[in-house]
Amino acid sequence: MRNIWAVCKKEIKTYFTSPIAYVALTVFLFLFGMFFHSIILWFNSYSMQMAQNPYYLQQININQMVFPSLFHNVSIVLLFLVPLLTMRLFAEEKKIKTDELLYTSPISINQIILGKYFASLIVLSLMLLLSWILSILTFVYGNPELKPILVGYLGLFLMGAAFLAIGIFYSSLTESQVVSAALAFGTVIVLLIMNWIIGAAGGTLKEVLSYISFTQHFDNMTKGILDTTDIVYYISFIFLGLFLTHSVIQSRRWR
Amino acid sequence: MIQVEHLFKKYGDLTAVKDLSFSVEKGQIWGLLGPNAAGKTTTMRILTGYLPATDGKASVGGYDVFEQPNDVKKILGYLPENVPLYPEMTVRSFLHFVAEIKQIPVTKRKEAVEKAIAISSLGSVQKRLIKNISRGFKQRVGIAQALIHDPEVLILDEPTIGLDPAQIIEIRQLIKTLKGDHTIILSTHILAEVTQTCDGVVIINEGKLMASGSLQELTASLQEKDGVFIRLRDGGREKAEHFKNIPGVDRVSMRDDGYSIEWTRGNDRRDDIARYIVEKNWGLMEMRPLAMDVEELYLRVITGGRVQ
Repeated sequence: MRNIWAVCKKEIKTYFTSPIAYVALTVFLFLFGMFFHSIILWFNSYSMQMAQNPYYLQQININQMVFPSLFHNVSIVLLFLVPLLTMRLFAEEKKIKTDELLYTSPISINQIILGKYFASLIVLSLMLLLSWILSILTFVYGNPELKPILVGYLGLFLMGAAFLAIGIFYSSLTESQVVSAALAFGTVIVLLIMNWIIGAAGGTLKEVLSYISFTQHFDNMTKGILDTTDIVYYISFIFLGLFLTHSVIQSRRWR
Repeated sequence: MIQVEHLFKKYGDLTAVKDLSFSVEKGQIWGLLGPNAAGKTTTMRILTGYLPATDGKASVGGYDVFEQPNDVKKILGYLPENVPLYPEMTVRSFLHFVAEIKQIPVTKRKEAVEKAIAISSLGSVQKRLIKNISRGFKQRVGIAQALIHDPEVLILDEPTIGLDPAQIIEIRQLIKTLKGDHTIILSTHILAEVTQTCDGVVIINEGKLMASGSLQELTASLQEKDGVFIRLRDGGREKAEHFKNIPGVDRVSMRDDGYSIEWTRGNDRRDDIARYIVEKNWGLMEMRPLAMDVEELYLRVITGGRVQ
Protein backbone atom coordinates (compact mmCIF):
# COMPACT_ATOMS: atom_id res chain seq x y z
CA MET A 1 0.00 0.00 0.00
CA ARG A 2 2.86 2.35 0.86
CA ASN A 3 4.40 1.69 -2.55
CA ILE A 4 1.15 2.43 -4.35
CA TRP A 5 0.93 5.72 -2.48
CA ALA A 6 4.54 6.59 -3.36
CA VAL A 7 3.87 6.14 -7.08
CA CYS A 8 0.50 7.87 -6.82
CA LYS A 9 1.99 10.89 -5.05
CA LYS A 10 4.68 11.21 -7.69
CA GLU A 11 2.12 11.09 -10.51
CA ILE A 12 -0.09 13.70 -8.88
CA LYS A 13 2.91 15.98 -8.49
CA THR A 14 3.72 15.49 -12.16
CA TYR A 15 0.11 16.25 -13.16
CA PHE A 16 0.32 19.55 -11.34
CA THR A 17 3.86 20.57 -12.31
CA SER A 18 3.06 20.04 -15.98
CA PRO A 19 0.11 21.95 -17.41
CA ILE A 20 -1.95 18.78 -18.10
CA ALA A 21 -4.01 18.83 -14.91
CA TYR A 22 -4.70 22.56 -15.13
CA VAL A 23 -5.68 22.33 -18.79
CA ALA A 24 -7.98 19.38 -18.15
CA LEU A 25 -9.59 21.04 -15.13
CA THR A 26 -10.08 24.38 -16.86
CA VAL A 27 -11.50 22.94 -20.06
CA PHE A 28 -13.76 20.58 -18.15
CA LEU A 29 -15.13 23.26 -15.86
CA PHE A 30 -15.59 25.74 -18.69
CA LEU A 31 -17.55 23.25 -20.82
CA PHE A 32 -19.50 22.01 -17.81
CA GLY A 33 -20.44 25.60 -17.05
CA MET A 34 -21.46 26.25 -20.65
CA PHE A 35 -23.70 23.21 -20.85
CA PHE A 36 -25.13 23.92 -17.44
CA HIS A 37 -25.86 27.50 -18.38
CA SER A 38 -27.59 26.74 -21.67
CA ILE A 39 -29.67 23.87 -20.25
CA ILE A 40 -30.76 25.98 -17.29
CA LEU A 41 -31.69 28.87 -19.64
CA TRP A 42 -33.76 26.53 -21.76
CA PHE A 43 -35.37 25.03 -18.66
CA ASN A 44 -36.12 28.51 -17.41
CA SER A 45 -37.91 29.70 -20.52
CA TYR A 46 -39.72 26.37 -20.83
CA SER A 47 -40.96 26.73 -17.25
CA MET A 48 -42.17 30.26 -17.98
CA GLN A 49 -44.24 29.03 -20.91
CA MET A 50 -45.64 26.11 -18.98
CA ALA A 51 -46.46 28.25 -15.93
CA GLN A 52 -49.69 29.36 -17.63
CA ASN A 53 -51.03 25.83 -17.61
CA PRO A 54 -51.36 24.26 -14.15
CA TYR A 55 -51.40 20.72 -15.59
CA TYR A 56 -48.09 21.09 -17.41
CA LEU A 57 -46.59 22.98 -14.48
CA GLN A 58 -46.87 19.81 -12.42
CA GLN A 59 -44.87 17.91 -15.04
CA ILE A 60 -41.87 20.19 -14.77
CA ASN A 61 -39.06 18.52 -12.88
CA ILE A 62 -35.49 19.75 -12.74
CA ASN A 63 -34.22 16.27 -11.94
CA GLN A 64 -35.69 14.90 -15.15
CA MET A 65 -35.26 17.86 -17.42
CA VAL A 66 -31.87 19.33 -16.55
CA PHE A 67 -29.54 16.74 -15.11
CA PRO A 68 -29.87 13.77 -17.51
CA SER A 69 -28.99 15.88 -20.54
CA LEU A 70 -26.28 17.72 -18.60
CA PHE A 71 -24.68 14.42 -17.62
CA HIS A 72 -24.86 13.13 -21.20
CA ASN A 73 -23.16 16.24 -22.51
CA VAL A 74 -20.51 16.11 -19.82
CA SER A 75 -19.78 12.46 -20.61
CA ILE A 76 -18.75 13.61 -24.10
CA VAL A 77 -16.41 16.18 -22.53
CA LEU A 78 -14.86 13.42 -20.43
CA LEU A 79 -14.36 11.37 -23.56
CA PHE A 80 -12.09 14.09 -24.90
CA LEU A 81 -10.25 14.85 -21.68
CA VAL A 82 -9.53 11.42 -20.24
CA PRO A 83 -6.99 10.39 -22.90
CA LEU A 84 -5.11 13.59 -21.95
CA LEU A 85 -4.82 12.35 -18.39
CA THR A 86 -3.69 8.82 -19.21
CA MET A 87 -1.55 9.19 -22.33
CA ARG A 88 1.57 10.10 -20.40
CA LEU A 89 1.41 7.52 -17.63
CA PHE A 90 3.39 4.65 -19.14
CA ALA A 91 4.39 5.98 -22.57
CA GLU A 92 6.53 8.70 -21.05
CA GLU A 93 8.27 6.32 -18.63
CA LYS A 94 9.28 4.19 -21.57
CA LYS A 95 10.35 7.12 -23.66
CA ILE A 96 12.63 8.70 -21.10
CA LYS A 97 13.69 5.25 -19.82
CA THR A 98 12.59 5.81 -16.25
CA ASP A 99 10.78 2.47 -16.42
CA GLU A 100 14.19 0.94 -15.76
CA LEU A 101 14.20 2.61 -12.34
CA LEU A 102 10.68 1.45 -11.52
CA TYR A 103 11.16 -2.15 -12.62
CA THR A 104 14.49 -2.54 -10.80
CA SER A 105 13.04 -1.23 -7.53
CA PRO A 106 11.50 -3.57 -4.99
CA ILE A 107 7.91 -2.74 -5.96
CA SER A 108 5.58 -4.91 -8.01
CA ILE A 109 4.08 -4.11 -11.40
CA ASN A 110 0.63 -4.12 -9.83
CA GLN A 111 1.67 -1.48 -7.33
CA ILE A 112 3.02 0.69 -10.13
CA ILE A 113 -0.17 0.34 -12.20
CA LEU A 114 -2.47 1.00 -9.25
CA GLY A 115 -0.41 4.00 -8.13
CA LYS A 116 -0.70 5.58 -11.54
CA TYR A 117 -4.37 4.67 -11.91
CA PHE A 118 -5.29 6.16 -8.53
CA ALA A 119 -3.46 9.36 -9.40
CA SER A 120 -5.56 9.75 -12.56
CA LEU A 121 -8.71 8.91 -10.55
CA ILE A 122 -7.87 11.67 -8.10
CA VAL A 123 -7.66 14.23 -10.90
CA LEU A 124 -10.98 12.96 -12.29
CA SER A 125 -12.59 13.24 -8.86
CA LEU A 126 -11.27 16.77 -8.52
CA MET A 127 -12.88 17.69 -11.85
CA LEU A 128 -16.22 16.31 -10.74
CA LEU A 129 -16.01 17.81 -7.25
CA LEU A 130 -15.34 21.31 -8.59
CA SER A 131 -18.24 21.03 -11.02
CA TRP A 132 -20.44 20.21 -8.06
CA ILE A 133 -20.34 23.89 -7.12
CA LEU A 134 -22.62 24.65 -10.08
CA SER A 135 -25.01 21.88 -9.19
CA ILE A 136 -25.36 23.35 -5.73
CA LEU A 137 -26.85 26.48 -7.35
CA THR A 138 -29.90 24.44 -8.34
CA PHE A 139 -30.51 23.79 -4.67
CA VAL A 140 -30.27 27.48 -3.88
CA TYR A 141 -32.87 28.49 -6.48
CA GLY A 142 -34.96 25.35 -6.71
CA ASN A 143 -35.72 22.18 -4.86
CA PRO A 144 -34.30 19.20 -6.76
CA GLU A 145 -33.97 15.76 -5.23
CA LEU A 146 -30.42 15.06 -4.09
CA LYS A 147 -30.22 11.31 -4.60
CA PRO A 148 -30.72 11.16 -8.40
CA ILE A 149 -28.05 13.84 -8.85
CA LEU A 150 -25.61 11.88 -6.72
CA VAL A 151 -26.34 8.74 -8.72
CA GLY A 152 -25.72 10.70 -11.90
CA TYR A 153 -22.39 11.90 -10.56
CA LEU A 154 -21.52 8.35 -9.58
CA GLY A 155 -22.33 7.36 -13.16
CA LEU A 156 -19.99 10.05 -14.50
CA PHE A 157 -17.29 8.97 -12.08
CA LEU A 158 -17.56 5.28 -12.97
CA MET A 159 -17.64 6.01 -16.67
CA GLY A 160 -14.60 8.28 -16.34
CA ALA A 161 -12.85 5.60 -14.28
CA ALA A 162 -13.52 3.03 -17.02
CA PHE A 163 -12.19 5.48 -19.64
CA LEU A 164 -9.06 5.93 -17.53
CA ALA A 165 -8.48 2.18 -17.33
CA ILE A 166 -8.75 1.94 -21.12
CA GLY A 167 -6.41 4.91 -21.51
CA ILE A 168 -3.81 3.47 -19.18
CA PHE A 169 -3.82 0.25 -21.18
CA TYR A 170 -3.07 2.11 -24.42
CA SER A 171 -0.39 4.11 -22.66
CA SER A 172 1.40 0.88 -21.77
CA LEU A 173 1.35 -0.22 -25.42
CA THR A 174 3.42 2.54 -26.95
CA GLU A 175 6.18 5.07 -26.37
CA SER A 176 4.22 7.80 -28.10
CA GLN A 177 1.76 9.82 -26.07
CA VAL A 178 -0.08 10.89 -29.20
CA VAL A 179 -0.61 7.31 -30.35
CA SER A 180 -1.81 6.25 -26.93
CA ALA A 181 -4.24 9.17 -26.70
CA ALA A 182 -5.59 8.55 -30.21
CA LEU A 183 -6.17 4.85 -29.54
CA ALA A 184 -7.87 5.54 -26.22
CA PHE A 185 -10.02 8.19 -27.83
CA GLY A 186 -11.04 5.87 -30.67
CA THR A 187 -11.94 3.00 -28.36
CA VAL A 188 -14.00 5.16 -26.05
CA ILE A 189 -15.92 6.66 -28.98
CA VAL A 190 -16.75 3.17 -30.27
CA LEU A 191 -18.04 2.21 -26.83
CA LEU A 192 -20.15 5.37 -26.67
CA ILE A 193 -21.74 5.18 -30.10
CA MET A 194 -22.35 1.48 -29.94
CA ASN A 195 -26.04 2.09 -29.32
CA TRP A 196 -26.33 3.46 -32.87
CA ILE A 197 -25.34 0.05 -34.16
CA ILE A 198 -27.62 -1.69 -31.69
CA GLY A 199 -30.63 -0.26 -33.46
CA ALA A 200 -29.68 -2.11 -36.63
CA ALA A 201 -28.78 -5.38 -34.93
CA GLY A 202 -31.16 -8.05 -33.71
CA GLY A 203 -31.32 -11.15 -31.53
CA THR A 204 -28.39 -12.18 -29.37
CA LEU A 205 -26.07 -9.71 -31.07
CA LYS A 206 -28.31 -6.90 -29.94
CA GLU A 207 -28.25 -8.12 -26.37
CA VAL A 208 -24.50 -8.49 -26.31
CA LEU A 209 -23.90 -5.10 -27.89
CA SER A 210 -26.26 -3.31 -25.60
CA TYR A 211 -24.54 -4.88 -22.62
CA ILE A 212 -21.15 -3.70 -23.86
CA SER A 213 -22.36 -0.22 -24.75
CA PHE A 214 -21.38 2.51 -22.31
CA THR A 215 -24.39 4.66 -23.01
CA GLN A 216 -26.92 1.99 -22.13
CA HIS A 217 -25.53 1.67 -18.62
CA PHE A 218 -24.96 5.36 -18.24
CA ASP A 219 -28.51 6.22 -19.24
CA ASN A 220 -30.01 4.61 -16.15
CA MET A 221 -27.68 6.41 -13.82
CA THR A 222 -28.30 9.87 -15.30
CA LYS A 223 -31.98 9.31 -14.49
CA GLY A 224 -31.03 8.47 -10.94
CA ILE A 225 -31.63 4.74 -11.21
CA LEU A 226 -28.99 2.82 -9.26
CA ASP A 227 -28.64 -0.73 -10.56
CA THR A 228 -25.88 -3.09 -9.44
CA THR A 229 -25.61 -4.46 -13.00
CA ASP A 230 -24.38 -1.07 -14.16
CA ILE A 231 -21.89 -0.75 -11.35
CA VAL A 232 -20.60 -4.27 -11.94
CA TYR A 233 -20.31 -3.44 -15.64
CA TYR A 234 -18.05 -0.44 -15.03
CA ILE A 235 -15.98 -2.17 -12.39
CA SER A 236 -15.38 -5.16 -14.64
CA PHE A 237 -14.32 -2.75 -17.39
CA ILE A 238 -11.81 -1.15 -15.00
CA PHE A 239 -10.46 -4.57 -14.03
CA LEU A 240 -10.13 -5.59 -17.66
CA GLY A 241 -8.21 -2.41 -18.51
CA LEU A 242 -5.81 -2.77 -15.60
CA PHE A 243 -5.36 -6.50 -16.19
CA LEU A 244 -4.47 -5.91 -19.85
CA THR A 245 -2.00 -3.22 -18.78
CA HIS A 246 -0.36 -5.69 -16.44
CA SER A 247 -0.15 -8.31 -19.19
CA VAL A 248 1.40 -5.85 -21.64
CA ILE A 249 4.09 -4.78 -19.19
CA GLN A 250 4.82 -8.34 -18.17
CA SER A 251 5.07 -9.62 -21.74
CA ARG A 252 7.21 -6.70 -22.86
CA ARG A 253 9.83 -7.65 -20.34
CA TRP A 254 9.83 -11.29 -21.37
CA ARG A 255 10.26 -10.60 -25.04
CA MET B 1 28.50 -12.00 -4.13
CA ILE B 2 27.56 -11.94 -7.78
CA GLN B 3 27.46 -15.17 -9.69
CA VAL B 4 26.54 -15.72 -13.31
CA GLU B 5 26.39 -19.23 -14.73
CA HIS B 6 25.84 -20.16 -18.36
CA LEU B 7 23.69 -17.15 -19.03
CA PHE B 8 21.89 -16.84 -22.37
CA LYS B 9 19.70 -14.03 -23.64
CA LYS B 10 17.98 -14.08 -26.99
CA TYR B 11 16.02 -11.23 -28.58
CA GLY B 12 14.16 -13.11 -31.29
CA ASP B 13 16.88 -14.47 -33.56
CA LEU B 14 19.58 -12.31 -32.08
CA THR B 15 21.58 -13.85 -29.27
CA ALA B 16 22.83 -11.00 -27.14
CA VAL B 17 24.48 -13.10 -24.43
CA LYS B 18 25.93 -16.54 -25.08
CA ASP B 19 26.93 -18.92 -22.30
CA LEU B 20 28.31 -16.22 -20.04
CA SER B 21 29.77 -17.22 -16.67
CA PHE B 22 31.71 -15.17 -14.15
CA SER B 23 31.68 -14.32 -10.49
CA VAL B 24 32.59 -11.33 -8.36
CA GLU B 25 33.73 -11.56 -4.75
CA LYS B 26 32.23 -9.44 -1.98
CA GLY B 27 33.74 -5.97 -1.60
CA GLN B 28 35.44 -5.86 -4.98
CA ILE B 29 35.04 -3.64 -8.01
CA TRP B 30 34.91 -5.38 -11.34
CA GLY B 31 34.81 -3.89 -14.79
CA LEU B 32 32.69 -5.20 -17.60
CA LEU B 33 34.57 -4.46 -20.79
CA GLY B 34 33.63 -4.95 -24.37
CA PRO B 35 32.98 -3.15 -27.64
CA ASN B 36 29.56 -1.69 -28.44
CA ALA B 37 26.79 -4.28 -28.69
CA ALA B 38 28.90 -6.83 -26.81
CA GLY B 39 26.08 -7.59 -24.37
CA LYS B 40 27.27 -5.51 -21.42
CA THR B 41 24.01 -3.67 -20.88
CA THR B 42 21.96 -6.83 -21.41
CA THR B 43 24.03 -8.66 -18.79
CA MET B 44 23.53 -5.82 -16.33
CA ARG B 45 19.81 -5.67 -17.03
CA ILE B 46 19.52 -9.38 -16.30
CA LEU B 47 21.43 -9.00 -13.04
CA THR B 48 19.16 -6.17 -11.91
CA GLY B 49 16.00 -8.11 -12.71
CA TYR B 50 14.92 -5.70 -15.44
CA LEU B 51 15.11 -8.41 -18.09
CA PRO B 52 14.69 -12.14 -17.63
CA ALA B 53 17.38 -14.39 -19.09
CA THR B 54 16.52 -16.97 -21.74
CA ASP B 55 18.57 -19.61 -19.98
CA GLY B 56 21.16 -19.96 -17.24
CA LYS B 57 21.45 -18.78 -13.67
CA ALA B 58 22.37 -15.52 -12.03
CA SER B 59 22.46 -14.70 -8.36
CA VAL B 60 23.21 -11.56 -6.39
CA GLY B 61 24.00 -11.71 -2.68
CA GLY B 62 22.92 -15.35 -2.59
CA TYR B 63 19.46 -14.61 -4.01
CA ASP B 64 18.51 -15.99 -7.37
CA VAL B 65 17.64 -13.15 -9.74
CA PHE B 66 14.75 -15.11 -11.30
CA GLU B 67 13.38 -16.83 -8.22
CA GLN B 68 13.68 -14.03 -5.65
CA PRO B 69 13.77 -10.82 -7.69
CA ASN B 70 12.42 -8.67 -4.85
CA ASP B 71 15.17 -9.74 -2.45
CA VAL B 72 17.74 -8.96 -5.11
CA LYS B 73 16.21 -5.55 -5.87
CA LYS B 74 16.37 -4.61 -2.19
CA ILE B 75 20.14 -5.03 -1.96
CA LEU B 76 20.96 -3.65 -5.37
CA GLY B 77 21.56 -0.17 -6.70
CA TYR B 78 21.51 0.34 -10.43
CA LEU B 79 22.62 3.18 -12.67
CA PRO B 80 21.35 2.37 -16.17
CA GLU B 81 23.02 3.60 -19.33
CA ASN B 82 20.27 6.18 -19.84
CA VAL B 83 20.04 7.77 -16.43
CA PRO B 84 16.40 7.41 -15.34
CA LEU B 85 15.37 10.90 -14.26
CA TYR B 86 12.03 12.70 -14.24
CA PRO B 87 12.73 16.08 -15.84
CA GLU B 88 9.76 17.76 -14.13
CA MET B 89 10.96 16.93 -10.62
CA THR B 90 13.51 18.72 -8.50
CA VAL B 91 16.67 16.81 -7.60
CA ARG B 92 15.57 16.59 -4.01
CA SER B 93 12.01 15.44 -4.61
CA PHE B 94 13.27 12.87 -7.13
CA LEU B 95 15.69 11.41 -4.59
CA HIS B 96 12.88 11.43 -2.05
CA PHE B 97 10.70 9.45 -4.45
CA VAL B 98 13.49 6.94 -5.08
CA ALA B 99 13.99 6.58 -1.32
CA GLU B 100 10.31 5.75 -1.01
CA ILE B 101 10.20 3.10 -3.71
CA LYS B 102 13.46 1.58 -2.45
CA GLN B 103 11.62 0.89 0.80
CA ILE B 104 13.59 3.16 3.09
CA PRO B 105 11.48 3.57 6.26
CA VAL B 106 9.87 7.01 6.74
CA THR B 107 12.03 7.88 9.74
CA LYS B 108 15.28 7.31 7.84
CA ARG B 109 14.22 8.74 4.50
CA LYS B 110 15.29 12.32 5.05
CA GLU B 111 18.66 11.23 6.37
CA ALA B 112 19.19 8.93 3.36
CA VAL B 113 18.37 11.75 0.93
CA GLU B 114 20.77 14.12 2.73
CA LYS B 115 23.50 11.53 2.65
CA ALA B 116 23.04 10.79 -1.05
CA ILE B 117 23.11 14.51 -1.82
CA ALA B 118 26.28 14.94 0.23
CA ILE B 119 28.09 11.94 -1.27
CA SER B 120 27.35 13.00 -4.84
CA SER B 121 27.95 16.72 -4.07
CA LEU B 122 24.54 17.79 -5.30
CA GLY B 123 23.93 20.38 -2.59
CA SER B 124 24.06 23.33 -4.99
CA VAL B 125 21.39 21.98 -7.35
CA GLN B 126 19.11 20.11 -4.97
CA LYS B 127 16.20 22.51 -5.41
CA ARG B 128 16.42 22.83 -9.17
CA LEU B 129 14.35 20.97 -11.72
CA ILE B 130 16.22 18.05 -13.19
CA LYS B 131 15.57 19.25 -16.73
CA ASN B 132 17.52 22.43 -15.98
CA ILE B 133 20.74 20.93 -14.61
CA SER B 134 23.83 20.02 -16.63
CA ARG B 135 24.75 16.60 -17.94
CA GLY B 136 27.38 16.09 -15.26
CA PHE B 137 24.91 16.83 -12.49
CA LYS B 138 22.35 14.53 -14.07
CA GLN B 139 24.89 11.73 -14.04
CA ARG B 140 25.54 12.45 -10.38
CA VAL B 141 21.85 12.38 -9.58
CA GLY B 142 21.87 8.97 -11.27
CA ILE B 143 24.64 7.81 -8.99
CA ALA B 144 22.88 9.29 -5.97
CA GLN B 145 19.68 7.36 -6.76
CA ALA B 146 21.68 4.14 -7.09
CA LEU B 147 23.33 4.70 -3.70
CA ILE B 148 20.45 6.05 -1.72
CA HIS B 149 19.41 2.84 0.03
CA ASP B 150 23.03 1.92 0.78
CA PRO B 151 22.86 -1.26 -1.31
CA GLU B 152 25.34 -4.10 -0.92
CA VAL B 153 25.72 -4.39 -4.67
CA LEU B 154 26.05 -1.55 -7.16
CA ILE B 155 25.69 -2.01 -10.87
CA LEU B 156 26.83 1.00 -12.85
CA ASP B 157 26.43 1.14 -16.61
CA GLU B 158 29.04 3.58 -17.92
CA PRO B 159 29.11 5.78 -14.80
CA THR B 160 31.49 8.41 -16.17
CA ILE B 161 30.06 8.88 -19.64
CA GLY B 162 29.42 12.50 -20.59
CA LEU B 163 31.45 14.01 -17.79
CA ASP B 164 34.38 16.40 -18.03
CA PRO B 165 37.84 15.16 -16.95
CA ALA B 166 37.63 16.71 -13.48
CA GLN B 167 34.22 15.16 -12.90
CA ILE B 168 35.44 11.80 -14.18
CA ILE B 169 38.20 11.83 -11.58
CA GLU B 170 35.69 12.82 -8.90
CA ILE B 171 33.31 10.00 -9.79
CA ARG B 172 36.18 7.50 -9.88
CA GLN B 173 37.26 8.66 -6.44
CA LEU B 174 33.69 8.27 -5.28
CA ILE B 175 33.49 4.74 -6.65
CA LYS B 176 36.77 3.85 -4.98
CA THR B 177 35.55 5.10 -1.61
CA LEU B 178 32.54 2.83 -1.94
CA LYS B 179 34.74 -0.21 -2.34
CA GLY B 180 34.85 -2.60 0.58
CA ASP B 181 31.32 -2.06 1.86
CA HIS B 182 29.85 -2.43 -1.59
CA THR B 183 30.42 -4.91 -4.35
CA ILE B 184 30.48 -3.05 -7.63
CA ILE B 185 30.22 -3.98 -11.29
CA LEU B 186 30.76 -1.19 -13.77
CA SER B 187 30.80 -1.25 -17.51
CA THR B 188 32.95 1.12 -19.45
CA HIS B 189 34.64 1.95 -22.73
CA ILE B 190 37.37 3.88 -20.97
CA LEU B 191 40.15 1.42 -20.33
CA ALA B 192 42.04 3.70 -17.96
CA GLU B 193 39.01 3.51 -15.70
CA VAL B 194 39.54 -0.21 -15.35
CA THR B 195 43.19 0.10 -14.38
CA GLN B 196 42.42 2.85 -11.92
CA THR B 197 39.36 1.55 -10.17
CA CYS B 198 38.84 -2.15 -10.79
CA ASP B 199 40.11 -5.28 -9.08
CA GLY B 200 39.27 -7.41 -12.05
CA VAL B 201 37.71 -7.42 -15.46
CA VAL B 202 35.26 -9.45 -17.43
CA ILE B 203 35.85 -8.96 -21.13
CA ILE B 204 32.99 -9.91 -23.39
CA ASN B 205 32.50 -9.71 -27.12
CA GLU B 206 29.43 -10.63 -29.13
CA GLY B 207 27.83 -11.93 -25.95
CA LYS B 208 30.61 -14.40 -25.26
CA LEU B 209 33.07 -14.36 -22.41
CA MET B 210 36.55 -13.65 -23.79
CA ALA B 211 38.47 -13.44 -20.52
CA SER B 212 37.92 -12.78 -16.86
CA GLY B 213 40.16 -12.37 -13.85
CA SER B 214 42.27 -9.80 -12.08
CA LEU B 215 44.30 -7.52 -14.31
CA GLN B 216 47.61 -9.09 -13.24
CA GLU B 217 46.35 -12.60 -13.86
CA LEU B 218 45.11 -11.73 -17.30
CA THR B 219 48.24 -9.90 -18.31
CA ALA B 220 50.36 -12.74 -17.03
CA SER B 221 48.38 -15.37 -18.87
CA LEU B 222 48.61 -13.52 -22.14
CA GLN B 223 52.21 -12.47 -21.96
CA GLU B 224 55.00 -15.00 -22.29
CA LYS B 225 57.80 -12.48 -22.19
CA ASP B 226 58.82 -9.73 -19.80
CA GLY B 227 60.76 -6.69 -20.76
CA VAL B 228 61.81 -3.12 -20.18
CA PHE B 229 61.66 0.04 -22.18
CA ILE B 230 64.90 2.05 -22.10
CA ARG B 231 65.73 5.54 -23.27
CA LEU B 232 69.31 6.76 -23.51
CA ARG B 233 70.77 10.26 -23.77
CA ASP B 234 71.66 9.59 -27.38
CA GLY B 235 70.33 6.46 -28.99
CA GLY B 236 71.36 4.77 -32.18
CA ARG B 237 70.81 1.57 -34.01
CA GLU B 238 74.28 0.20 -33.21
CA LYS B 239 73.51 0.22 -29.48
CA ALA B 240 70.62 -2.17 -30.08
CA GLU B 241 73.16 -4.72 -31.29
CA HIS B 242 75.03 -4.34 -27.98
CA PHE B 243 71.89 -5.12 -26.02
CA LYS B 244 71.31 -8.23 -28.07
CA ASN B 245 74.65 -9.59 -26.87
CA ILE B 246 73.64 -9.52 -23.23
CA PRO B 247 73.04 -13.15 -22.25
CA GLY B 248 69.37 -14.03 -21.76
CA VAL B 249 68.01 -11.21 -23.92
CA ASP B 250 65.77 -12.62 -26.63
CA ARG B 251 64.68 -9.59 -28.56
CA VAL B 252 65.56 -5.96 -28.91
CA SER B 253 63.58 -3.51 -30.96
CA MET B 254 63.73 0.22 -31.53
CA ARG B 255 60.56 1.95 -30.51
CA ASP B 256 59.76 5.65 -30.36
CA ASP B 257 63.08 7.09 -29.22
CA GLY B 258 64.18 4.13 -27.15
CA TYR B 259 64.59 0.39 -27.08
CA SER B 260 62.36 -2.37 -25.86
CA ILE B 261 64.30 -5.31 -24.57
CA GLU B 262 62.54 -8.61 -23.91
CA TRP B 263 63.43 -11.86 -22.22
CA THR B 264 61.63 -15.04 -21.29
CA ARG B 265 59.34 -14.61 -18.30
CA GLY B 266 61.02 -15.53 -15.03
CA ASN B 267 64.52 -14.88 -16.33
CA ASP B 268 64.84 -11.27 -15.18
CA ARG B 269 67.70 -9.40 -16.95
CA ARG B 270 67.11 -5.89 -15.62
CA ASP B 271 70.23 -5.85 -13.40
CA ASP B 272 72.49 -6.90 -16.25
CA ILE B 273 71.06 -4.34 -18.63
CA ALA B 274 71.37 -1.48 -16.14
CA ARG B 275 74.94 -2.46 -15.25
CA TYR B 276 75.88 -2.68 -18.92
CA ILE B 277 74.56 0.81 -19.65
CA VAL B 278 76.22 2.34 -16.63
CA GLU B 279 79.55 0.69 -17.46
CA LYS B 280 79.42 2.00 -21.04
CA ASN B 281 78.38 5.42 -19.70
CA TRP B 282 75.57 5.78 -22.23
CA GLY B 283 73.44 8.00 -20.03
CA LEU B 284 70.35 6.13 -18.81
CA MET B 285 67.38 8.51 -19.03
CA GLU B 286 64.47 6.17 -18.51
CA MET B 287 63.83 2.54 -17.68
CA ARG B 288 60.37 1.18 -17.16
CA PRO B 289 58.74 -2.26 -17.28
CA LEU B 290 57.14 -3.17 -20.56
CA ALA B 291 53.94 -4.24 -18.86
CA MET B 292 51.10 -4.80 -21.22
CA ASP B 293 48.67 -1.96 -20.64
CA VAL B 294 45.00 -2.54 -20.44
CA GLU B 295 44.41 -1.26 -23.96
CA GLU B 296 46.76 -3.79 -25.40
CA LEU B 297 45.26 -6.50 -23.22
CA TYR B 298 41.79 -5.55 -24.34
CA LEU B 299 42.67 -5.53 -28.02
CA ARG B 300 44.44 -8.88 -27.78
CA VAL B 301 41.51 -10.45 -26.02
CA ILE B 302 38.89 -9.01 -28.32
CA THR B 303 40.71 -9.97 -31.48
CA GLY B 304 41.62 -13.33 -29.96
CA GLY B 305 45.29 -12.54 -30.63
CA ARG B 306 48.16 -13.35 -28.32
CA VAL B 307 51.33 -11.53 -27.41
CA GLN B 308 54.26 -13.10 -29.19
